[in-house]
Amino acid sequence: MPTLEIDGRKVEVPDGQTVMQAAERLGIEIPHYCWHPGLSIAGNCRMCLVDIEKSPKLQIACNTRVTEGMVVSTTSEKTRTAQKAVLELLLVNHPIDCPVCDQAGECKLQEYYMDYDRQRSRIALPDKVRKKKAKPIGPLVMLDQERCVLCSRCVRFCDEVTHTSELGFYSRGNHTELDVAPGKSLDNPYSGNVIDVCPVGALTSRDFRFRARVWYLERFDSVCGACANGCNIHIYQREDRIYRFQPRENQAVNQYWMCDAGRLSYHGLQGEGRLGQAFWRTDAGFEPAALPAAVRVAAGKLSDLAAAHGAGAIGILASAQAPNEELHLLRRLATRLEARLAGISWSPPDAYHDDFLIKADKNPNTKGLELQGITTGGGADDLLRDAAEGRLQALVLHRCDLTAWKGDAARAALETVPYLVVLDSDRRETTQFASVALPIGTYAESDGTFTNHAGRVQRFVRAVAPPGDARPGWQLLAQLLAALGGETAVESAARVFDALAAECPPFKGLSWDGLGDDGVLAGAR
Amino acid sequence: MSERLLLRCRDVPELRRLEVYRANGGYEATRKALAQTPESLVEMVKASNLRGRGGAGFPTGMKWGFLPKQQDRPVYLCVNADESEPGTFKDRVIIEEDPHQLLEGIIITAWAIRCHAAYIYIRGEFEYGTRVLEEAIAEARAAGFIGKNVLGSGFDLDVFVHRGAGAYICGEETGLIESLEGKRAYPRIKPPFPATHGLFASPTIVNNVETLACVPHIVLRGADWFRSIGPEKSPGPKLYCVSGHVVRPGVYELPMGTPLREIIYTHAGGIPNGRTLKGVIPGGASMPIFTPDEIDVPMDMDSVQKAGSFLGSAGIMVMDDTVCMVWTLLVLERFFHHESCGQCTPCREGTGWLHRVLEDLEYGGGKPSDVDLLLGISGNMMGTTICALSDAAAMPARAIVTKYRAEFEEHAALGRCPLRAPTDAPRLHAHA
Repeated sequence: MPTLEIDGRKVEVPDGQTVMQAAERLGIEIPHYCWHPGLSIAGNCRMCLVDIEKSPKLQIACNTRVTEGMVVSTTSEKTRTAQKAVLELLLVNHPIDCPVCDQAGECKLQEYYMDYDRQRSRIALPDKVRKKKAKPIGPLVMLDQERCVLCSRCVRFCDEVTHTSELGFYSRGNHTELDVAPGKSLDNPYSGNVIDVCPVGALTSRDFRFRARVWYLERFDSVCGACANGCNIHIYQREDRIYRFQPRENQAVNQYWMCDAGRLSYHGLQGEGRLGQAFWRTDAGFEPAALPAAVRVAAGKLSDLAAAHGAGAIGILASAQAPNEELHLLRRLATRLEARLAGISWSPPDAYHDDFLIKADKNPNTKGLELQGITTGGGADDLLRDAAEGRLQALVLHRCDLTAWKGDAARAALETVPYLVVLDSDRRETTQFASVALPIGTYAESDGTFTNHAGRVQRFVRAVAPPGDARPGWQLLAQLLAALGGETAVESAARVFDALAAECPPFKGLSWDGLGDDGVLAGAR
Repeated sequence: MSERLLLRCRDVPELRRLEVYRANGGYEATRKALAQTPESLVEMVKASNLRGRGGAGFPTGMKWGFLPKQQDRPVYLCVNADESEPGTFKDRVIIEEDPHQLLEGIIITAWAIRCHAAYIYIRGEFEYGTRVLEEAIAEARAAGFIGKNVLGSGFDLDVFVHRGAGAYICGEETGLIESLEGKRAYPRIKPPFPATHGLFASPTIVNNVETLACVPHIVLRGADWFRSIGPEKSPGPKLYCVSGHVVRPGVYELPMGTPLREIIYTHAGGIPNGRTLKGVIPGGASMPIFTPDEIDVPMDMDSVQKAGSFLGSAGIMVMDDTVCMVWTLLVLERFFHHESCGQCTPCREGTGWLHRVLEDLEYGGGKPSDVDLLLGISGNMMGTTICALSDAAAMPARAIVTKYRAEFEEHAALGRCPLRAPTDAPRLHAHA
């Protein structure tokens, strides 16, 4: 454990750490382009040159291992001169097209120029080396060779993480260009990550390009719901529209990365089919209804049926799309109504998966369903068969795209069951069968937790407001329970989670606050 | 004139043929070396004070000593035959005229460092040299000097020739290794060094052709003999490449430390046509220039460094008083711009920028501020990159601009070269 001094501050670091990592520990930022914690060390940008006592030349912080008693200055005259010089050289052939560049506002060239350079250009614009601009190199990625600082992060990502090696450098000197290999396209399941690792505007997202200036966006911590892996993400939103997902570091789950399917999955959270108000079936047909009235009517009818027909007259089907909090409240609902509760975790057959991040289970909370003891085996099929054969008085569907998942078996049940309550974020074929449909928000519109495939319970926070009358699922279920009587309303997802932790053994010892940014393994304590 | 060793090919016709080479004592050094332990050979080369002839002048024995003692991976020897420093043409003579001298050096070195596979990385343009080497290797293999069980010693050695494809950077030892591995020749960050993580992530020694050619002579005549030639700390016979405005340009074998003035005026016959000396680059294109009053310097590594330049590859480029120094620097920087691999920011952008400013000064469009701009750019390129190419481009710029500043200012004031018609040469960069 060597101790070193950086800018007059001492810090002890584990053996083998670099000056860059040691500085990070102290909260000192050493500017850099090519270094990335998830990739090998390239050492080519030369932005992280620092002054180390007894070393005649400046050394790159990213590849210099800490030794005992090392004294480093990130602010010495020599360091400052080098930083300024490297920035000037990086900008010599840079097009300075910030006004039309999507990276503006989150560009390391802009940031470091303001922090370390601030000198006037000594080269005229027409004298710059010209390269290709706006070249689509894959379904998700647009390349601007002129903006590229040739840091090789994207090349290393494709070499070291996906092992697909689509990208490389061509030509030499200041004519060096980043490009895809001849005849290839940057089309692997993780291609979008090169956009994130690119420190400048060379690689931009064809999905996000020109849709918003990043300084107008607000960022929230969340968890991707596109599969059971639970990659940690940031949701960027403006005025309750989601503009993009980006991975958030979590070494135990996704390191720094996420898949393209997950990255684009936000489109599915705000599609045309969103359910923005309650509906109920009247003599006039399937009609919009005021939400409180719809909740009251549904609660009243379910309560009456339970009272009239006794235990097992009502079936509740909860899908693995639902967060833990909603499942907990559905279990309370089942108890209250003496209903049969079954779980369903459906994924398309032959769904793409790999041994990295992408799981075959396309539900974010299958593990949570299991840990709460809601069976995902034949229980759902039994319920549907009993409904189809007239043995159920009512069915409650929670986040179930049932006709898509179960086909004719679902339609037979839905056509037959006398009373159907649907809680969902989207209007689907299943919704058309509902006696009452109650609008709930997606996970992006709610606080909550998912338990990923490995049993890690991970928190997400509400990034956008649900559309129209829709409410977060936990809130609507709490209202339904309150309408049934005997329950006091809960005021937050956090409270629901803490109640779950108190009551359900695998979650014992967990708390909303204790989940932190990285989540906690269920059953670990 | 002392006996020629490295250039024995000048005295013995057809020395490149194995039978001639053997008839003149060839492969005796190999026989002698294989009877000794590898350790004793490393010690002998250390004691000889042999220093690398590729340009950096690193002590050869010390380099060999960096190999890890415990090895679970094979050791490789890479022979740097990429000779591409402008003004340098010494390795070529050895390769083309006396290949067995090099092969002996390779065999002995491989034995000393316990290596069983040596790769000769040869400059792609040396097509003839490649053929000579391939023939020599075939001859040596047939005679039992290369292959399984060399001379019955139980030592196995393969030697392969690999042609480069025309990049200066492949002469940088880690660029060479990358290229040999089939990759783009981006020099590697160090540490780790090739001695521990070189070719195929294995312990590797990279030695220059002339360096290895010295090894058989050390084995035959001893470290003391080698150390007695020239200055003790950088001794031995040395090949000097003299080009430019001299009466007899060519490769000269002289004792290390022969004065530059003697090389130019005695051996190379001085400046022709009654002209006078304007400047001389002592060690290949990347080394700082000497003015006429700076040439009383012994041409060994330490003395040249003390005088403010480097012996480098001993490529001595002589310029008479007709030469425009702005044009000279332009030619040099055009080369470095073309050859910068593009990996490190200062070199990638700096070489191109220097080239552009120099084109402006030489062909039109230069400004008085450009003179200090050249010094500023080159100053920012010094000591800030992975390999030495950036310094190689910056050092001549700093030296030439500083030592011939008036000429640059004259160009700036006139707006072009006073010795040249404005439309003389096409420029690489379009002018704005």
